[in-house]
Amino acid sequence: MSAIVTIARRELRAYFATPVAFVFIVIFLALSGWFTFYLGGFYERGQADLQPFFTFHSWLYLFLVPAISMRLWAEERKSGSIELLMTLPVSIWDAVLGKFLAAWLFTAVALALTFPIWITVNYLGDPDNGVIVTAYLGSLLMAGAFLAIGSCISAANRNQVVAFIITVVICFLFLLSGFPLVLDFFAGAPQVIVDTIAGLSFLTHFNALSKGVIDLRDVVYFLLVIIAWLYATSIVLEMKKAD
Amino acid sequence: MIKAEGLTKHYGPLTAVDQISFKVEPGEVLGFLGPNGAGKTTTMRMFAGFVPPTAGSAEICGHSIISDALAAKAKLGYLPEGAPSYGEMRPREFLDFVAAIRGYHGDELRTRVGEAVERLNLGTVLNQPIETLSKGFKRRVGLAQAILHDPPVLILDEPTDGLDPNQKHEVRQLIADMSANKIIVISTHILEEVDAVCNRAIIIAHGRILADETPENLIHRSRYHNAVTLRLSRDGDLDAVAADIRAVAGVDHVETRSDARSLTAFPDGDAMILPSIGDLAGEKSWPLEQLQLESGRLDEVFRTITAPDSAAEAA
Repeated sequence: MSAIVTIARRELRAYFATPVAFVFIVIFLALSGWFTFYLGGFYERGQADLQPFFTFHSWLYLFLVPAISMRLWAEERKSGSIELLMTLPVSIWDAVLGKFLAAWLFTAVALALTFPIWITVNYLGDPDNGVIVTAYLGSLLMAGAFLAIGSCISAANRNQVVAFIITVVICFLFLLSGFPLVLDFFAGAPQVIVDTIAGLSFLTHFNALSKGVIDLRDVVYFLLVIIAWLYATSIVLEMKKAD
Repeated sequence: MIKAEGLTKHYGPLTAVDQISFKVEPGEVLGFLGPNGAGKTTTMRMFAGFVPPTAGSAEICGHSIISDALAAKAKLGYLPEGAPSYGEMRPREFLDFVAAIRGYHGDELRTRVGEAVERLNLGTVLNQPIETLSKGFKRRVGLAQAILHDPPVLILDEPTDGLDPNQKHEVRQLIADMSANKIIVISTHILEEVDAVCNRAIIIAHGRILADETPENLIHRSRYHNAVTLRLSRDGDLDAVAADIRAVAGVDHVETRSDARSLTAFPDGDAMILPSIGDLAGEKSWPLEQLQLESGRLDEVFRTITAPDSAAEAA
């Protein structure tokens, strides 16, 4: 347990030792604000809620989260520091979890820094704050799922750019797996398979949460996605760490 | 004690390490010698738990590197090849991190890190990012990381690579200071280093152990062991001198050098030919500039063992 915390703390410090943290947070805040006001029509809707804010989170994460996750393992492999980390008395699972938690905590910080918009909507009207809290939770869970996918892809690649692009593509497919773009591909398959794939869509699960509906199935879904991809990360590392 | 039994690693069709077995006891400083690609680094990585062996087993202080890896790693201090670390960290943060992973905290962590910093003279660079440090300091940060938990076993992959002569001397001194009750394994291309710090040398090539002896015994294998080399001044007649030496009892053969001023006389077996040649030189008043007894040449032994064909060509 303490190894996980130590690794997470080191990793988190590394974000802030480089411009990564600053650039990510500034761009995330700027884009999320811009999307909310211009594309989401925050004022024009005349409703006191954060629906236009959360709607665009999945698309923001699609490009910003892989930028965080791409370095998780690819950088360690490229610089050789993975040899140091893997020969210290820590299990692979501790290292995978520690690094993931650092990245997740970092996106949580970025997400928390959007608090002014919450204050704004409370100042302008009388929103249902329960819905907003649930939506924040859903957003964080979705970011975690993106990060877990990115962690696995980063472990499989030495090159960060390749890791970034593959992660974006896989996240995109997960995001849209409930839509014709993906489902048409399985048109000939039995209905069960089509339904299963449709059920994997991040967007469907996130939309329910962002409307304030806490369905345990949505929460469990995201947690399972995270655990599955982190487990895959540890297997990939076990196989490829020394390549 | 560390032990390897039939340790083997295949990379696809390539056999990097081929059934290596050896044991090292406390107090031994083992030098791993071999050409590039011989399997030194792979063997060390298997001990460190970074590369899983294809076959065979290895133990560190009784802990299997496969079934009891965490306990084995806890007993080991390991310097990976090239001393990788986290470039954006400062040495103090980095060493604190490694110490925390190794389970130290509070005062004990500070003491451990402080001792390692002092041993490797890192005091002046503690707060500079590691990526801005010179090669020598980076290597020393890597060494500090390896020794800070005072491990019974140290495995150092090319600890002096890229260091200047003064730094090499310091690192060798450090190894010598720590060697009394530890097991230390170092790999190196530098043959003088084996002579300077190791009391045992293993030569490997193509993944196999070709020699496992003390450095002195290895040197004794050299055909130069107890040979005599002399050099004449410009007006000396090398051919005449060579002919005289060939007649000395115990001399097997004489090789003259292309500069036409020096030659080496090789003894027959263990014969000591220096006194006779010295006497003869006085008797005949050879215009000598230099007369020396060769102790043996480790690089020649190394070449004979690891690449017998090319060594024969060169000779």
